[in-house]
Amino acid sequence: MTLNTVLRLTAATLVLGAGLPAFAADPQEGETLAESQTFTYRLLDEVPTLDPQLNEDVSGSNVQRDLFEGLMNQDAQGNLVPGVATGYTATDGNKTYVFTLREEAKWSNGDPVTAQDFVYAWRRAIDPATASPYAWFVEMTTMTNASKILAGELPPEELGVEAVDDHTLKVTLEESIPYFAAMTTTSTLFPAPQATIEKFGSEWTRPGNMVSNGAYVLSEHVPNEYHKRIKNDQYWDAGNVHITEVTGLVINDVNQALTRYLAGELDMIEPLPAGQFPELKEKYPDQATSVPRLCNYYYTFNMTDSANPALKDVRVREAMSYAIDRDVIVNAVLKGGQSPAYIFTPPFTAGFEAEEPAYQAMTQKERDAEAVRLIEEAGYGKDHPLTLRLIYNTDENHKKIATVMAQMWKQKLGIDVTMQNFEWKTFLEIRKQQDFDVARGAWCGDYNEASTFLQLMVSDNSQNDGRFANDEVDALMMESKTMADPNPNYAKVEEILEQEVPVIPVYHYANVFMLNAAIKGWPYENVENNWYSKDFYKVAE
Amino acid sequence: MISYILRRLLVAVPTILVLIVLSFLMMHYAPGGPWTSERAFPQAVIDALNAKYGLDKPLVSQIASYTWNIVAHFDFGPSLYYKDRSVADLIAQGFPVTLTYGFWSFVVAVAVGGSLGVAAAVWHNSWLDYLAVGISIGAQVLPNFVMAPILVLVFTLWLGWLPGGGWQGGAFPYVVMPVIALSTSFMASIARITRSSMLEVLNAGFIRTARAKGLPMRRIVLRHALKPALLPVISYLGPAFVGMITGSVVIDIYFSTGGIGQYFVNSALNRDYFVIMGVTILTGALTVLFNLVVDILYAWIDPKIRY
Repeated sequence: MTLNTVLRLTAATLVLGAGLPAFAADPQEGETLAESQTFTYRLLDEVPTLDPQLNEDVSGSNVQRDLFEGLMNQDAQGNLVPGVATGYTATDGNKTYVFTLREEAKWSNGDPVTAQDFVYAWRRAIDPATASPYAWFVEMTTMTNASKILAGELPPEELGVEAVDDHTLKVTLEESIPYFAAMTTTSTLFPAPQATIEKFGSEWTRPGNMVSNGAYVLSEHVPNEYHKRIKNDQYWDAGNVHITEVTGLVINDVNQALTRYLAGELDMIEPLPAGQFPELKEKYPDQATSVPRLCNYYYTFNMTDSANPALKDVRVREAMSYAIDRDVIVNAVLKGGQSPAYIFTPPFTAGFEAEEPAYQAMTQKERDAEAVRLIEEAGYGKDHPLTLRLIYNTDENHKKIATVMAQMWKQKLGIDVTMQNFEWKTFLEIRKQQDFDVARGAWCGDYNEASTFLQLMVSDNSQNDGRFANDEVDALMMESKTMADPNPNYAKVEEILEQEVPVIPVYHYANVFMLNAAIKGWPYENVENNWYSKDFYKVAE
Repeated sequence: MISYILRRLLVAVPTILVLIVLSFLMMHYAPGGPWTSERAFPQAVIDALNAKYGLDKPLVSQIASYTWNIVAHFDFGPSLYYKDRSVADLIAQGFPVTLTYGFWSFVVAVAVGGSLGVAAAVWHNSWLDYLAVGISIGAQVLPNFVMAPILVLVFTLWLGWLPGGGWQGGAFPYVVMPVIALSTSFMASIARITRSSMLEVLNAGFIRTARAKGLPMRRIVLRHALKPALLPVISYLGPAFVGMITGSVVIDIYFSTGGIGQYFVNSALNRDYFVIMGVTILTGALTVLFNLVVDILYAWIDPKIRY
């Protein structure tokens, strides 16, 4: 979604016409639909839950977008398009939203989807009794009283959402959130079938019990083996849905997934085994794909007193950032179409524009020379080597990158790096306690807007594990929330990050996958990689 | 005999209790917890989650109520990771899978391994012996995580004979590769143990007497040598059987069988406390049970053993 789209969609009192068509991909001229419209893809792990309000992971969201439909959907470019809502108005400086729901929307049991279904679902998501790990998402929308309800100070009925009538949903927010409508594409804010949940309790997500309002219904589910979703004939736009059966196969091992894809058992696998993309691209140019993905990969400096005191000197941090040859990392280590990062926010983030930092324009040779000058000026270098402790979580790729970086620091700056790796949860605990000098970090956008990344640099952000604190950054980010065009503030924050170097941006992600050439309608340009099976079709080969 | 079995079963109760307490403590003192994630949850969310699953109570009362729920209601608690499943659900769904491929692996391992071992011992130092030893060493050095991808490469990608994974309720084509991959190393061990114990028995005095009497070799082996030669094999088979029927993380990961083997690793990584406990107790109970079965078999095979 471009910022223009956001603005266009969120400008006060804007109404999307009720007659606007929803997004659907249709066969182009000369294409013949295949007889069997099935889509089979790989799941790395079993989806932890099929309950939209409890869901907290990417693979779960892919399933949720098929089974349920929220107020708004995304199209192939990530633009907002109508879902259950035909449109909405935003008033009161983006603090009040009124959504108009389409009358033809139905649950899979034939009941109409009403505004009350959304009210029930959203209260359920924030209710401490539900204990949803994603309750923070409702809190992040700043919906009226969300924080107090989560803290148990108010009942869920006090949440700032009401059903004005069956087809009108009114939402009130405590702060101005221009991108609220975009947030309704997240499964936490999907509707929920109250009668079914009350009847079956936690077993309501089993095939046979589950009632859903999306383009598909759950037909089979064997945990850790597979699940199947079939076309929902009650879906309001069922006439435009081509794929009739979607199967998610759990295949933990990435190489095994590739073998089974090549044997024709799957239509899509993601990701690909590390380093194999160039070879696969050459062999299967119409299937191997790499597209930008809204995530960054960085190393964070420990800015607190528990770190090596040398890191307090900005020249040391700067030298270490300059000495990293990012091209080597993306081209020789990862080899999957990732892009080298010189700023924190991925440049392809919607509406984000920032000046290219000065060191990006330099050659690596120039950067290395500057790095040596800076570290020597700070009183370190090969004659007076610095000793640092680097931590990362156990993973083959992270290990390779850490090794390459440590080697670059050793050769260019004489820094002795002790590398330590930990199992994921242990790693998070250690990083949270600032028990490191430099630590690996990565972040994927919760929504397609720069603040999802830059908030991490705000001093009291719980993800700010390096504990970088800068008053100006805090003020700029606070101010950006109510600005019509927050971009200048974002650019300024990036500038401060370039000067202060609390983190070393390393690369921006790519989604690297194999897709059966017969499957059409894949949203290659949606950088959040949010796909809807209802938008695909399979052509005859 | 009956009183011996009863005594053994009684001793099993405190054994499993100790297992519960130790596992519970180790699990809780591991860094991180079920709610540790890249995005740090707000305290209110963590409090709500802890309250829902009873993790806000003191450790002693958590262990006590966990144990009580098992004893009184046979309730093994919810999964903290698979939020719409209970531990009992997960085990009820996955255990029949591992039981099936584990059982057939056991049958294959014992039948093939045992035959190889006996043949190698009877025709000691012949080409058959070398072949059997060669096969068993080959199978031993080829671990299942190497074997599994090779099998899929050959039988799925190249030959197209078998599906690359899945279970489909245990349909034959889905069971073949898991059984081959799981049984080979057990088969190799059984072959080696059988061979050496058979060699020892064949050199014993009573066999020499039998030979001197002019009994045919087949009768000597089957009737006189096999039973005593099986003793060391049987003590190996008890734990091996438990190992096989509780599945293997490698088999589950490579063949997407949906068995419980993967929970031994994944539940620990996810800090899915009650699933860790569930699979630990299951394995503990089965180990106790099959050790008892082994001891009973011993008494049946060796008349010198009395309980």
